Amino acid sequence: MISFEDVSVTYPDEERPALDHVDLKIGEGELALVIGPTGAGKSTLLRSVNGLVPHFSGGRLTGRVLVEGRSTADHRPRDLADVVGFVGQDPDASFVADIVEDELAYGMENLGLGAATMRRRVEDVLDILNLHPLRQRTITTLSGGQRQRVAIGAVLTAAPRLLVLDEPTSSLDPISAEEVLAALSRLVHDQGVTILVAEHRLERIVHAADVIVYVPASGAGVRSGPPAEILAHSAVAPPIVRLAQLAGWDPVPLSVRDARRVAPGLRSRLSDRPPDDDRPGPGGPALATVRRLSARYGRLLALEDVDLALGAGEVTAVMGRNGAGKSTLLRYLVGLRAPQQGTVTVADRQPSSLRPAQAARIVGLVPQDPASLLGADTVGAECADADHDADLPAGATRATLERLMPELSDDIHPRDLSEGQRLALALAIVLAPAPPLILLDEPTRGLDYTAKARLTALLRTLAAEGHAIVIATHDVELVAEAADRVVVLADGELISDGPTRDVVCHSPGLAPQVARILAPAPWLTVAEVASALPTAGPVGDRSHV
Amino acid sequence: MTALMPRRLATLRVAPLHPVAWWVWAVLLAAAAARITNPICLGLILAVDGWVVVARRPQSTWARSFSTLLRLGAFVVVIRVVFQALFGLRTPGHTLFTIPSVALPSWLAGVSLGGPVTADALAGAACQGLRLAAILGCVGAANALVSPFRLLRCVPAALYEVAVAVTVAVSFTPQVITSLGQVRDARRLRGRSVSGVAGVRGLAVPVLEGALERSLALAASMDSRGFGRRAVSVGRQRLASAATLAGLLGLAVGVYGVLDSGAPSALGLPVIAVGAVLVLAGLVAASYGGRSRYRPDRWSGREWFTVAVGAAALATVVVVGRNNAASLTMPIYPLSLPAVPLVAVAGILVAALPSIVAPVPVDRTPR
Repeated sequence: MISFEDVSVTYPDEERPALDHVDLKIGEGELALVIGPTGAGKSTLLRSVNGLVPHFSGGRLTGRVLVEGRSTADHRPRDLADVVGFVGQDPDASFVADIVEDELAYGMENLGLGAATMRRRVEDVLDILNLHPLRQRTITTLSGGQRQRVAIGAVLTAAPRLLVLDEPTSSLDPISAEEVLAALSRLVHDQGVTILVAEHRLERIVHAADVIVYVPASGAGVRSGPPAEILAHSAVAPPIVRLAQLAGWDPVPLSVRDARRVAPGLRSRLSDRPPDDDRPGPGGPALATVRRLSARYGRLLALEDVDLALGAGEVTAVMGRNGAGKSTLLRYLVGLRAPQQGTVTVADRQPSSLRPAQAARIVGLVPQDPASLLGADTVGAECADADHDADLPAGATRATLERLMPELSDDIHPRDLSEGQRLALALAIVLAPAPPLILLDEPTRGLDYTAKARLTALLRTLAAEGHAIVIATHDVELVAEAADRVVVLADGELISDGPTRDVVCHSPGLAPQVARILAPAPWLTVAEVASALPTAGPVGDRSHV
Repeated sequence: MTALMPRRLATLRVAPLHPVAWWVWAVLLAAAAARITNPICLGLILAVDGWVVVARRPQSTWARSFSTLLRLGAFVVVIRVVFQALFGLRTPGHTLFTIPSVALPSWLAGVSLGGPVTADALAGAACQGLRLAAILGCVGAANALVSPFRLLRCVPAALYEVAVAVTVAVSFTPQVITSLGQVRDARRLRGRSVSGVAGVRGLAVPVLEGALERSLALAASMDSRGFGRRAVSVGRQRLASAATLAGLLGLAVGVYGVLDSGAPSALGLPVIAVGAVLVLAGLVAASYGGRSRYRPDRWSGREWFTVAVGAAALATVVVVGRNNAASLTMPIYPLSLPAVPLVAVAGILVAALPSIVAPVPVDRTPR
C-alpha cells in the first residue's frame, strides 16, 4: 500500500534531516499508528505520504515514496486525492464550505465525479461516520468531535484506499475521541481502508492498532512492527504497558479487556493494601473563590451558578466535555471577562478590575495555545519582554525558565521550540511575577509522555511551594498523576467536586487505564501500584525521567 | 401520527431557495426603494425585509449581517441630516434654529456653511437618508438569507478560480477576528497594556502570522482534496475566464448605454449582444472543466414566485410613479404629511410573501 524506500527529508535552511533513511512498508487494510517523541518527524512522515512534503512544504526528499504504485515524485497531492485522504492537525483550518453536506462533496467536485456517484457517496459517508443528523448544519455550530468527523468525512467521500490522520483526537474530550476512534476502526474493519495515524495519547488508540511505526527523536532509525513488541522497548508507552512491565505480563496486553484477563493475580496481590493516600485533602485557606457565577455567550448559557473555592497548595483539575464551560471558567478566574452575575475573588481582589500588570501578580493563565503568548524573535528577548511587562527586575523570567528547562538557550526562535519547550517558556513568563494562582488550559496537547511527566513533577513542586493550580484538561492520565481534586462541569453546571480518586475511578469517561484494569480497587497510577508491591521488581516507570 | 410529522419532516432535506432568487428579490425591492422618498413606503420596505429575514434566515454567522446593515442605515440617516444642517442649501420654510454662517469664497458658490436650519429641509434630508437605508436594508436581507458560500456556488465554472479566492477571503475575516481576540487576551495575560499605539503595533504581527498559518493549512487541505486538478488545459481555462469577464463587462457597458439616453447609440444593444456572445463562449469553453457540481441549486416554482413578488413591488411603484409621482415623495414645500399610495403599498406588502412560500432553512429546526 505505502512503501518508503530509503527516504530522507531535509527542509530548507535546516542542516539536520527531519527524516533520515527511512525504509517502511504498510500493508493493505492495516491500522498503522505512528508514535514518537514530539518534534521527531511524525508529521513529516505523514505529510510525505500524499506528497505535501516536498511539493507543498518545500525542502528536499531523496529516495522514493510509493502509494499504490504511484510515486510522489511525479504525483502532486492533488493527483493523489483519489488514493490518499489527508486530515491535518487542525480540522477547523481545513474547511472550505459552511454546510456539512457541501463540505463532504467538495473533494468529489474537484475530482469531477458524476452527480449520482456523489449523492451515493455522501449518503454512505454520512452513515459510516454517523453524521446523518448533522448534514444541513453550519460547521461552526458543531462540537469538536463532530467537526473532526466532518473533516474525516470530507476526505472519505473521494473513496481513498488510504487515510492519513495527524493527531485526530488531541483536542477532544474522552467521549468525542472515542466517537472518532470508533469511526476509524469501522473504516478499517468494514471498508478495508488502510489508516496511518499519528497520536500522542496512546492509551486512547493503541488497542486498535495492527502495526506501530516508531519514529525516534532524531528521525533516524524509524522502525515498525507489532504493537506489543515495539512498545515493550519504546521510550513512549501508555500506562497499560508500564503496568504490564511492572507485573511482568508477557505478551504485553494492549486493551483494558486483555489486561483485566491477566490481572487477577496482581489484583489479589494488591487486595490487602489499599492505595496509600499521599495526596493532601482540601488544601490550605481558600486563595480564590467563585460565588454563584453565571455566564452566557449570547443566548447560550456557558456557566450556571458555579461555586468554587481554591486552596493554596492544591492542584485542581477541571474536566468536562468540549464546550462544557472549562475555558470560560478560567477566563473569569484570570479576569479576561468581568462577571455580570456572581463574583470572582482572587487574593481578596477582583482580577477583572485590575490593570494587566497588577492582575499578572495574583493570577496567571497559560492559554490552550501557549505560542499565542510568545511574540519576540528569541527566547532571550521573550524573557526580557516579560520582565518589562510585569515590572520585574531584569533576569527574573530567565531565572524562572532556568528552573523549568535549564537547557533552553537564549538565541533560539520560539517558533523552533518543541511543544514541551514552548509550554515551559510560556509557563516561565506566567510564573515569573509569582502569582499565587496558576491556571493551565489543556496543557498536554501535543506533549509526549516524557514532557508530560516533567510537567506533572513541576506542577507538584509548585503546589508544594504553596501555589494553587487549576488545570482544565481532557487528559485523564494527567489528572490521575497530578491532580488532588477534580471538578466536573457539564453544560455550564458544576456537577461533581471531590478528591481525584473518588471522582474519576468509577467514571466510565474519566477513569485512567490503571483504574480500569484494577477496578474495583481505586488505584490511579502505575507509580502507586509500584510502591505498594512488596517486591518492586524492575519498575517500568520510565516516564519520570 | 400528527405529533410525529413535524419531527420527521425536519430531518428530511428540503432544498433551500435558490440564492439567486433571493438576490433578485432583494435587488428588485431595492430598485423600488430607490424611486421613493415617501417615509411610509420606505418604512414598509424595511419592515418587509425584516419580516422575511426573521422568518427565513439560516443559522449562520452571516444571518447577523442584516442588523449590521440596519445600523449602518441609521448612521446614514443621521449623517445626512447633520450634513443638511451644516452645509445644505438654504431654502425657505419653518426655521427651527440658526447656525452662525460663514462666508465662503466665490468658487465655492454652490456650498453654504451655517445659516437658518428649517424643518422642511431636515425632513427632506431624513427621507433621502431613509431611502438609502432602505436600499441597505435590502442588501442586508439578501446577505442574511443567503450565505456567500452558497451564492458563490452559483458562479459559472469559468469564474471558479475567482470564486475560490473570494471564498477564502470571506472565511479569512472571521478568522482574523478570532485571532485578534486571542492575541489581545495573550497581551493582557502577560500584564501588557492592551490599548494605545504600542498595543496596536503589538497586535498586528501575531494576528497576521496566525491568519497566514491558517491560510496555509487551508491551502494544504484544498490541495490534498484535489483542488486545481482538472483535465482541461490551463490555457483554455484562462481563455474561458477572460472571455467571461470581458463579456460581463460588455453587458454592463451595454446596459448603461441602453439606460442612459445621453450615451452614444452604438453603446446600447450591439455591445449587449457582443457581451452575451462572449459570456456564452466562456461558459461553454469552461464547461469541460473536469469539475462537477453536487446538488446544483434548482430553479422551480418557488423561485419564480419570489422573483415575481419582487417584480410586483417594483412594477406597482413604477406605475404609481407614472400616474401620481407626488404620492411617492415626501411633501416638503410646504411640509405636510406624506400620502398613502394604496397601490404601491399593496405591491410592497406582496413582496413579504416569500416569508411563507420559501422553505424554512433546515438548520433552524430545534436540535
